[in-house]
Amino acid sequence: MASRKESTSAASAVMASTSGTLDSPVKQIQIEGLVLLKIIKHYQEEGQGSEVVQGVLLGLVVEDRLEITNCFPFPQHTEDDADFDEVQYQMEMMRSLRHVNIDHLHVGWYQSTYYGSFVSRALLDSQFSYQHAIEESVVLIYDPIKTAQGSLSLKAYRLTPKLMEICKEKDFTPEALKKASIGFEHMFEEVPILIKNSHLINALMWDLEDKSTVADKHELLNLSSSNHLEKSLQLLMDRVDDMSQDIVKYNTYSRNLSKQQQQKHQYLQRRQQENAQRQSRAEPPLPEEDISKMFKPPQPPPRMETLLIAGQINNYCQNVKEFTSQNLGKLFMAEALQGHN
Amino acid sequence: MSVYGPAVKIHPVVLASICDSYERRNEGASRVIGTLLGTIEKHSIEVTNCFSVPHNESEDEVAVDMEFAKNMYELHKRVSPTEVIIGWYATGFDITEHSVLIHEYYSREATNPIHLTMDTALQSGKMSIRAYVSAQMGVPGKTVGVMFTPLTIKYVYYDTERIGVDLLQRTRVLPSRTKGLTSDLSQVAGSAARVQDMLTTMLAYIDDVVSGKVAADNSVGRFLMDLVNKVPTISAEDFENMLNSNINDLLMVTYLSNLTQAQIALNEKLVLL
Repeated sequence: MASRKESTSAASAVMASTSGTLDSPVKQIQIEGLVLLKIIKHYQEEGQGSEVVQGVLLGLVVEDRLEITNCFPFPQHTEDDADFDEVQYQMEMMRSLRHVNIDHLHVGWYQSTYYGSFVSRALLDSQFSYQHAIEESVVLIYDPIKTAQGSLSLKAYRLTPKLMEICKEKDFTPEALKKASIGFEHMFEEVPILIKNSHLINALMWDLEDKSTVADKHELLNLSSSNHLEKSLQLLMDRVDDMSQDIVKYNTYSRNLSKQQQQKHQYLQRRQQENAQRQSRAEPPLPEEDISKMFKPPQPPPRMETLLIAGQINNYCQNVKEFTSQNLGKLFMAEALQGHN
Repeated sequence: MSVYGPAVKIHPVVLASICDSYERRNEGASRVIGTLLGTIEKHSIEVTNCFSVPHNESEDEVAVDMEFAKNMYELHKRVSPTEVIIGWYATGFDITEHSVLIHEYYSREATNPIHLTMDTALQSGKMSIRAYVSAQMGVPGKTVGVMFTPLTIKYVYYDTERIGVDLLQRTRVLPSRTKGLTSDLSQVAGSAARVQDMLTTMLAYIDDVVSGKVAADNSVGRFLMDLVNKVPTISAEDFENMLNSNINDLLMVTYLSNLTQAQIALNEKLVLL
């Protein structure tokens, strides 16, 4: 149990365990219906105020599948001494769940997202600490707003091995990233999800179908979702602004660097000229000064922010495209309906 | 002792939890019990969460780990401070004498607790889910007993829960009991297919009524009139305009997002040069 003790927010301790093989050990995720319902309920009840609700996933690994069989939510970080509470809360929960034969193995965590904005430093750090400790862990991102629009939006992500390496070194300079050739597409890999129910739950579903008085929801066919589009585009624009600022910073850095290179070159040349002159006058040459001390190279900006922003922008664009394709389909259906009038 | 109205509202997550804890019960245990959490309003009770409690049951005695129950309740309260203990559940068909004892334990925790039974062994072919409240009966002063009076159960869903349950419903038709999550246009296609199914059923019914096989029902007829009238009559030209402008908007947004993606990819490549 001691090795399982980790905190899930930004502060994390990197444990000395071996990193995994190149191939992702988890090819598929299997979730039980119960976990799904619990995540939905947790957001619904506690998530209306703040944006993000989090929780822990429990389950086990079977061959190359990660089976998630249960989960429990995490309280919000609003009170003081949050750290102490968190770890203790987790330990107690897991101990109690073990008594009732629920799988008590940590296999990941889940988080809700607001219009798809989840690529952040905090997420990266948390997932890194999880994946470092437990090879197969994943983070489930649940999008409640998209779900309310008609179809369950639940995605599972892991960090690619390349990104794991970089995070381990904590070296985010452009050179290191170039060496590993990481683009924003190689940051996260998505793992396909499968939902599986036991026979008993299926029997329950049949029963509910009979007795339930709430009709089927056909939210998905709703045409009036321009609000959602507006919001997404707003967030996208903000991110692009951030990105452009970052680019400007990087450009100034590279300009400074090249200017400095030029200055260094000129200085060396002058030095050589002087030395040649002095030699011709039979005087001792000037000592070679330490150039690096004179021309301190400018600090290269960390590229992690840029990567994250790029990843986030990519995510927004994907969402927007999916949304528009669905809406186009719906519009054509509406046209067909009108056509017969 | 307040008397609640006859309805108890239950969320499906509670039932799924109970099924799950039944499947994970210890060897030899014939049933599982646990605590129900939820909220109490003036006229109704809503059950939104539950957790199972280890217990031992034999012919003459029953032992429930109340310490555990208290601990779990504290932990749960940290996450959702509005939930209170409102009763307990047990799997199995009938109410036994032990249930009375356990019910007494729970009366100490909550005022007038609800007892929920769920037949997970499917004795009557269906999973009968029933709820009870206890009431005193008998001759006061002499033999006093406890009677469990049944309550009606209503299933309530949040919107998102409804959609989640819909997805789960679809796992029961496949033999492998699994279902992947679809995306994009296939979701719209699926939804449209379902509406189409409903329309075919309706058309079959209408045909029957027209040919005289089934007696016409006025209220159904009125619903059908409503349905047909709901399609708005817009002049063809106006509709053309609306459609085109909407499509243009969407195409423009798609184009812009593709452009943005290309832009950041390019930027990436340039930096890594």
